[in-house]
Amino acid sequence: MECPLTSNIRRGQPPLDIAGYERVGGYQAVRKALATMSPEAVTQEVIDSKLRGRGGAGFPTGQKWSFVPRGEAAPRPKYLIVNADEMEPGTFKDRLLLEGDPHLMVEAVIVSAYAVEAEVAYIFIRGEYRLAAERVERAAAEAAARGYLGRNILKSGFSLDLHVHTSAGRYICGEETALLTALEGNRAIPRAKPPFPQAAGLWGRPSVVNNVETLCNVPHIINRGAEWFRGLSLGPDGGTKIYGASGRVKRPGAWELPMGTPLREILEQHAGGMCDGYALRGLLPGGASTGFLTADHLDVAMDFGSVEKAGSRLGTGTMIVLDDRTCPIGMLRNLEHFFAQESCGWCTPCRDGLPWTERILAAIESGEGEDGDLAVLEMHTQCLGMGKTFCAHAPGAMAPLESGLRHFRGDFERHIRTKSCPWRT
Amino acid sequence: MSTADDDARLAPEEVRAIETLSRQYENKRAACIEALKLVQRNHRWISDGRLRALAPLLDMTPDELDGVATFYNLIFRRPVGRHVILLCDSVSCWIMGHDALLQHLERRLGIRRGETTADGRFTLLPIVCLGHCDHAPAMMIDDALHGDLDAARIDALLNACRGAVLRWNAR
Repeated sequence: MECPLTSNIRRGQPPLDIAGYERVGGYQAVRKALATMSPEAVTQEVIDSKLRGRGGAGFPTGQKWSFVPRGEAAPRPKYLIVNADEMEPGTFKDRLLLEGDPHLMVEAVIVSAYAVEAEVAYIFIRGEYRLAAERVERAAAEAAARGYLGRNILKSGFSLDLHVHTSAGRYICGEETALLTALEGNRAIPRAKPPFPQAAGLWGRPSVVNNVETLCNVPHIINRGAEWFRGLSLGPDGGTKIYGASGRVKRPGAWELPMGTPLREILEQHAGGMCDGYALRGLLPGGASTGFLTADHLDVAMDFGSVEKAGSRLGTGTMIVLDDRTCPIGMLRNLEHFFAQESCGWCTPCRDGLPWTERILAAIESGEGEDGDLAVLEMHTQCLGMGKTFCAHAPGAMAPLESGLRHFRGDFERHIRTKSCPWRT
Repeated sequence: MSTADDDARLAPEEVRAIETLSRQYENKRAACIEALKLVQRNHRWISDGRLRALAPLLDMTPDELDGVATFYNLIFRRPVGRHVILLCDSVSCWIMGHDALLQHLERRLGIRRGETTADGRFTLLPIVCLGHCDHAPAMMIDDALHGDLDAARIDALLNACRGAVLRWNAR
């Protein structure tokens, strides 16, 4: 089984330097694209590969790029921005790539910037990822010294400056328009769409924002072709996926597997199943903002369409496992605390609604729940749903709550009826 | 906010470093978050005086800069201890025992979350998911990430910090 994203990563070892990376074929995609392909051809190859965004939303990457204005008339400069603000609770895949193979990230930026004809690129890294930022900065400096960055790269006429921006916290920075606002030196407030960033993004210029894992596929697509990339997958979405599992499983971790690998294989084979003495109650398949799946869903293929059909989202593909010795209401209280705290405060339903759900969940968990509470929670899953708020933050927060109310109804009712938490006594 | 450091000036190296940072962006303002972090790295936190000294270098008013500084949880507008402990309270770490570890830390340090020990050695803060969920529960002490935490490991890490301080004092 091929693992293009992680083939250079050796756990516990420092990443390849530029000489080592070149020895295993590194920067060949830059050479190939700049010497033999037009930007449009690179974009078309990525469209044909059926690569979809790995940051959570799953938008087709090549299509995203195709909305960028091209040619002489396009506003300049254009920007490519890497979203390395990995902060979705339960998600630990981009850090693996940034720390484990920083030259792959840098090469991915160069090829992708060439595709959208961007002359400036930023890698937006969350502040806590200091090791990742150091390693990517070193890789970028090595690449610049070797002529892969800067003016007239490899005498192709293409020029690119790459900067690493380290952030200072706040989950909302991962929302692509809030990220642009943050990168401009502001409080990270999302922007209305349209205009979409491809038309008017960073400083009002055409900008593309892509996730780390998404872009790290691009050099491999260029080297090996779209057909090869589609063949890596078990389903309709191309490539591999870094899946992960955390919680009370025997071997928590992250694994690069074919896109569309069944949930059961990830949980039982790679994560080793539940820890002894623990049983599966449910799981969030792709981070905190995805809805619960249960043991009934273990045969679902972990690709975008299949997980959606099962009533959730693939999200980041790193699952959080709820066991039978953990209170589901406590877990939801923890999740809604996170979302309430991380609301940017810009729109009222999100700013006021999320703390309301947190307070009700805390009351239910501590035995102070009342009869009407579940109806109020259900009202919030409607009123904070998609299209009711300025960005997708609150709708994401409602995904585990809405599904949790369905799957764990009996637990909610028991808390309220007995005025206590069965897991606390 | 603090009234200390009202006449704070930035060191010439700091000013030069901020000017270098600014060149990475379309305008000076865009460097403000990294500029705040740079000054914080040298002084542990951003006093009112340093905020006022910093603002004109970034073409911002002090109020504008404070609006940004107070939005981001890793910019400290109040003094913090020599070591900042960031204990992850997100969902995977919560499932794996965050609450007991928080109690342990609060007892060991004699402070609650958000506070600094009386000797100025440790500040304890919550942090969102650190992307170390396969080694939950996790926390950072200053720049270092630590996983697979239990009470014994936390004690060892705190002692290592205390050791580092003692060695520093002995020099």
